[in-house]
Amino acid sequence: MHFIPILSTLRRHRTAAVLIVLEIALTCAIVCNAIFLIGDRLHRMDQPSGVAENELLRIGLTGIGTKADAGSLTAQDLAALRAIPGVKSAATIDMVPFGGSSWNSSISLGPEDAASSVNAGMYMGGPDLIDTLGLQLVAGRGFTADEMVDFDAAQAQKVHIPSIILTRGAARRLFQDKNPIGQPVYVWGKQPQIVVGVIDQIARPNEVNGPELFDCAMLLPVRLTYTNAGNYVVRVDPARLDEVNGEVEQTLDNVDPSRIILEHETFHQIRREHFKGDRAMAYLLVGVCLALLVITALGVVGLASFWVQQRTRQIGIRRALGATKRDIVHYFQMENFILATLGIVLGMALAYGVNLWLMGKYHVPRLPAEFLPIGASLLWLLGQVAVLGPALRAAAIPPAIATRSV
Amino acid sequence: MFGYYLLLARRSLRRNLALTVLMIVAIAFGVGASMTTLTVLHVLSADPIPGKSHQLYYVQLDPQKLENYLPGREPNSQMTRLDSRLLLQAGRADRQVMMTGGSAAIEPERSGLQPFFADARWTSSELFAMFRVPFLAGTGWTAADDDAAARVVVVSRELADKVFGTTAVVGRSLRVEGTQLRIVGVVDTWRPVPHFFDLNVGAYREGEQLYVPFTTSRELKLGRNGSMDCWDESPDPEAEGAPCTWVQFWVELDTPAKAAAYREFLDRYSEDARRAGRFQRPPNVRMRDVMDYLAFNKVVPEDVRLQTWIALGFLLVCLVNTVGLLLTKFLRRSGEIGVRRALGASRRSIFTQLLVEAGMVGLAGGVLGLGLAWLGLIAVRHQPAEYAELAHLDLPMLAITLALAVVSSVLAGLLPAWRGCQIAPAIQLKSH
Repeated sequence: MHFIPILSTLRRHRTAAVLIVLEIALTCAIVCNAIFLIGDRLHRMDQPSGVAENELLRIGLTGIGTKADAGSLTAQDLAALRAIPGVKSAATIDMVPFGGSSWNSSISLGPEDAASSVNAGMYMGGPDLIDTLGLQLVAGRGFTADEMVDFDAAQAQKVHIPSIILTRGAARRLFQDKNPIGQPVYVWGKQPQIVVGVIDQIARPNEVNGPELFDCAMLLPVRLTYTNAGNYVVRVDPARLDEVNGEVEQTLDNVDPSRIILEHETFHQIRREHFKGDRAMAYLLVGVCLALLVITALGVVGLASFWVQQRTRQIGIRRALGATKRDIVHYFQMENFILATLGIVLGMALAYGVNLWLMGKYHVPRLPAEFLPIGASLLWLLGQVAVLGPALRAAAIPPAIATRSV
Repeated sequence: MFGYYLLLARRSLRRNLALTVLMIVAIAFGVGASMTTLTVLHVLSADPIPGKSHQLYYVQLDPQKLENYLPGREPNSQMTRLDSRLLLQAGRADRQVMMTGGSAAIEPERSGLQPFFADARWTSSELFAMFRVPFLAGTGWTAADDDAAARVVVVSRELADKVFGTTAVVGRSLRVEGTQLRIVGVVDTWRPVPHFFDLNVGAYREGEQLYVPFTTSRELKLGRNGSMDCWDESPDPEAEGAPCTWVQFWVELDTPAKAAAYREFLDRYSEDARRAGRFQRPPNVRMRDVMDYLAFNKVVPEDVRLQTWIALGFLLVCLVNTVGLLLTKFLRRSGEIGVRRALGASRRSIFTQLLVEAGMVGLAGGVLGLGLAWLGLIAVRHQPAEYAELAHLDLPMLAITLALAVVSSVLAGLLPAWRGCQIAPAIQLKSH
């Protein structure tokens, strides 16, 4: 429609037009990246753990001084925990997914074969661990009772750990497409552990060894006590989680009151705690996006109002010459659309540049192209909404104004 | 003349209150967000021990096996217990300390108090002098106590208060993991930021509750915290001679010459260990002073830096917005400017007048932004981060905030003011 007149008008208000284009471009660049970062954080927070999260409790405890009877106390603890109505099973474990502190070791295909080694999280537990955590066995079998080895004996290298269960991620990195079941790997001691099973996944406690190795973990058939494991995991009927949760501390206290409970939480709490930084960052980014959009919208309103005021006479003349109110509104909408488009095109390039720069400096992935249209439509919409008020005011200018001298 | 400009500015700003408020609020938000994140960054990257940070060095050796050796690669981040003890005994630095984080169960004798776990540091005697630990009462222990694995302990003010209800506890005894330790000193509140001497236990954590001689902690088998890296199997990774690194070793060297000499000493030490067959790799020594050590370990969280950039980007948008709004505001007053020019005002005085107006907007935005930064920091302190409670505005940051607001708004005013003073008086007068 009035493409040419709009352009020639804009050319006469070059500075203001350039400024608004620049503001839209900067907002577009920041908002695109921020929305992408928010998505990235939300995605991180949604990472699967591989365990039955709705049904798990973790209790971390420790004793004072050295306990000679830690093994039998642990057995009593587990028996007492299992006896709580609503508890499906209970087990010892050295660490929990997303729990923070971790045991890690490298797994290699030969005794001193550093080239093939893969760093993996080292979960230790008994035959009941897979069921207690709700892990998914995808190949082979779980541990049997006769494979179990005492932790202290294994640490002192008095006994050999016979078997190992790998996550699918660890198995793929070590054996590619080959069937891992029955293969020897070297984790602990000079003798190999034989892979007896593969589980779908279990998340590691932290990302210290890099996000790319996050799916690498192993289970070892090691019998732990509360003094060297430090953790009990309890699987509970989800309907009775709160009820059981209230009872576990008293139950353990009844077995032996001299111990100190360091941690006691549901798996939901563990996950919340682990991702608290990501959540805070996501909220912050949402806040920044909203504030940016509001400020840019107000900038558009300010400029459009100024132009409406400045062009009062011209608008009056156009109206007197037969332009309808709708024509006037369309004029300002079109003008805004042109400015927004320029800003968005510039903003996209800028968004891409900002992303490249962030990738170089921080752990930020590449901005996928589908985020650009999101930012673009957001700003088009914003511009149209912002310009509507001043445009309607312009349309309300009576044609008679043309006959007056301001 | 300046007073007159202020008057004109006030009038003009009042005339279009909505626009003025909009500009002030935009600047305030930009400044507030930037100052909040910059303050957090400023606090987190502070020098934890000013005046001494260039005399304290963190030492690393390379005791690993030869396999996977690449010349120049970063050695293990901590030291073995054996090397630490040997370097401590060599005593070649002005001061030196070996230590690790730990935790221990405290059993209060006061009735009604349950046993609890306290964060601790197992350390040799010179830590207190090296790191300028402030004592409320008593002192640290001596090197002789180190050698004798004396049953002594230094406690924090908080722990003394919690266990005994008083800080006058020197000479009394504290039951730690079932053993009575004699209290020789009480440390006043001490929280270096960052917790530079041991990043393994958290770079911004609170200070330790108790300090026990390293040797004593090993005899009593007190639990350790932090990270441990072993390159071979070992029946007891914490034993002396085990192929594991888990001890931090710091030295104090007053002059650069001494530092250079100590570095040479470490090279010779590594070479001798290799000749003796204990080390396999060629000397691969690291000695970083406090600030280098913190920078190398990237202690400032990445998200904090990212947030700072986002806030600065936000400020930039706010400024572009202000430039646009000021421009429209000044051009709207073309008539008035035309009259003033026709009455003899020079371009320069119009320019100054408009800049004064921009500066006023900036000052108001800065003051409001300061308030917002203050609110922002309260919000940061409620964030779930280890460093949250450290986020406070200090005087230099306060001054920077105001300066940032005024400078940026004057900068934002430059272009509009220049365009404003270009207005030709004749055209303006004619069109009216």
